[in-house]
Amino acid sequence: MIEKPLHQSGCCEKPSHESMGIQIAAAPPAESVAPDEVCCGSPPGPASSPHEKPGYALLDFVATFVQTPAGPVPLIRSDLRWRDHVGRLRARLGINRAQYKVAPGLYGVGTPDDQAPVLVTANYKLSFDSLRKELKSVNAWILVLDTRGINVWCAAGKNLFSTAELIERVNRSRLKKVISHNRLILPQLAATGVAAHHVKKAIGFEVVYGPIRAKDIPKFLANGSISEPAMRKVTFSLLERMVLIPVELAHLPKASFWVLLAVFIISGIGTHIFSFSAACVRGVMLFVAYVTGILAGAIATPALLPWIPGKSFAVKGTITGVIGGAAIVVLFWSDIQLLGAMALLLCTTAVSSFLAMNFTGSTPFTSPSGVEKEMRKAIPLQAVALLVALVVWIGTGFAG
Amino acid sequence: METFRYLTGVTTLRLSETSCVGCGMCAVVCPHGIFSMSGKKTRIDDVDGCMECGACAKNCPADAISVTPGVGCASYIIQTWLKGKDAAACGNSECC
Repeated sequence: MIEKPLHQSGCCEKPSHESMGIQIAAAPPAESVAPDEVCCGSPPGPASSPHEKPGYALLDFVATFVQTPAGPVPLIRSDLRWRDHVGRLRARLGINRAQYKVAPGLYGVGTPDDQAPVLVTANYKLSFDSLRKELKSVNAWILVLDTRGINVWCAAGKNLFSTAELIERVNRSRLKKVISHNRLILPQLAATGVAAHHVKKAIGFEVVYGPIRAKDIPKFLANGSISEPAMRKVTFSLLERMVLIPVELAHLPKASFWVLLAVFIISGIGTHIFSFSAACVRGVMLFVAYVTGILAGAIATPALLPWIPGKSFAVKGTITGVIGGAAIVVLFWSDIQLLGAMALLLCTTAVSSFLAMNFTGSTPFTSPSGVEKEMRKAIPLQAVALLVALVVWIGTGFAG
Repeated sequence: METFRYLTGVTTLRLSETSCVGCGMCAVVCPHGIFSMSGKKTRIDDVDGCMECGACAKNCPADAISVTPGVGCASYIIQTWLKGKDAAACGNSECC
C-alpha cells in the first residue's frame, strides 16, 4: 500500500539519482559470468513486487491490490502478526501512541465487489486492527477516515470522525465509482461526530450505524445490517478497565520527580533547619504514602470500580485511599507519632481521591456535567487535605 | 449501563416532544439505550443513564433533542476553569 514518500522533495525540484533509487554503478558485462556459474553469496531473493513504487513502502498488512474503476485498492489481511501485537502493546503503554496510525483512504478485505458493504473506521492503528481481525469471512470495503490517529469514539467527540471528514473521504476515494449502492456502515459510537441526515443530504449516502464492537460485525452483516440490542450498548468490563490503567500511569513519572524533590525538602525541615538524614528517612515515608495514593487511586479504583461504594469517583478514591493510607500507617507505626500517621493518611487519601476523579475521563458512562459537579465539591477538600497533611508533616519534623 | 451508575439529576439532556418526528435515530445511536419509542414519539426511559455524548442530538433531524456534549475528563475541566473553554485542550496521554 502507499505510504508517505520516504524522501520529500518539492515538485519542481529535479530529483537526484539517489532519491529515485537508481543505482548508477556500472553492472559487470554479461559475458564475464557464465549463466550457471555460482556468483558470490546466497541465491537472490524474489523480484520486486509490481506494486512497489520508488519512495514508498509496502506495508505487511496488505496482501495484494485489486483493480477498481477508482484505481488499485489495497486488499488487507485479516490476521494480526507479531508486529501488530507489539504495536498494540506499545500503544497501550502510551509509547508514541499519537503516531500509531494508518493512511486514510479506501481498503478492501476478502473479495469485495460493487455490492460489498462499506465499513467506515478511524485511522488509529488499534481501531483498524481490531476491525480487520474480525473480518476473516467477510468481503467488504473499508473506508478509513483521517481521525489523526485517534479511536472512533474519542475522535467523534473531538469532531475529527465528523460529517465533513466522512464526506471528504468518500469523495476523495472516489467510492461512488467502486460500489453500486449508497450505504455506509459506521460504528455506532461515531454518531457523536456524524449527522446521518446531513451526509444523506450532502452526498446521497445512507449512513447505517452498525454495532459498537467490531467482533459483532459478521453477525450484524448476516442479520441484514441489524444490530441486536446488546450490540448497541457499551460495556466496561474488568479487562476493558485494566487496559486503560497503563496510560493513566504514563503521565505520572514526570510529576513524580518533582514530588520526590518536594517530599525530600519538606521532610528534612526541622529543629536543625534542614537535616539530610531526616530528609531521607522521613522522605521515604512520605513518598511511599504518595505512591500508595497512586496505587489506590489510579490502579485499585479503576480495577475495583463496580464494587467500591459511592457514585462519585472522588468518594471511591477516598475509600481506597483511606485503606491504602491505613496500611502505610501500620507499616511505619514504630517510627511515627499519631500526628505523623494522620499526615501520611491524609496525603495518601488526597492523592488517591484526585487520581480516581481523573479516571472519569476514561469511562464510557460519566457525564461531563456530573464530573464538573463532583470536581467543584472534591477539589477544595482534596487541596485542604493535602495542605493539612504537609503542614502537620513539617510540624512533626520540629517535634521530633 | 445497569452495573455502572453515575451522579443523578445532572444531565443537560432535553427532549421536545412536540418537535419529535418519531424517526427513532436517537434510540439507535444512544450507547446506553436510554430512549425507547412510544407510538410515534420517542421517550426518555432512563435520564440518569445519559453520559452527554451528544450522539442523539447530532442525529436528530428535527432538532428535538438538546444536550451540552463534552469531555468528561477532570484534567480537561480544570483547564476550562483556568484558561477558559476555548483554550482548553484534551491532553495527549491523560485522557481520550
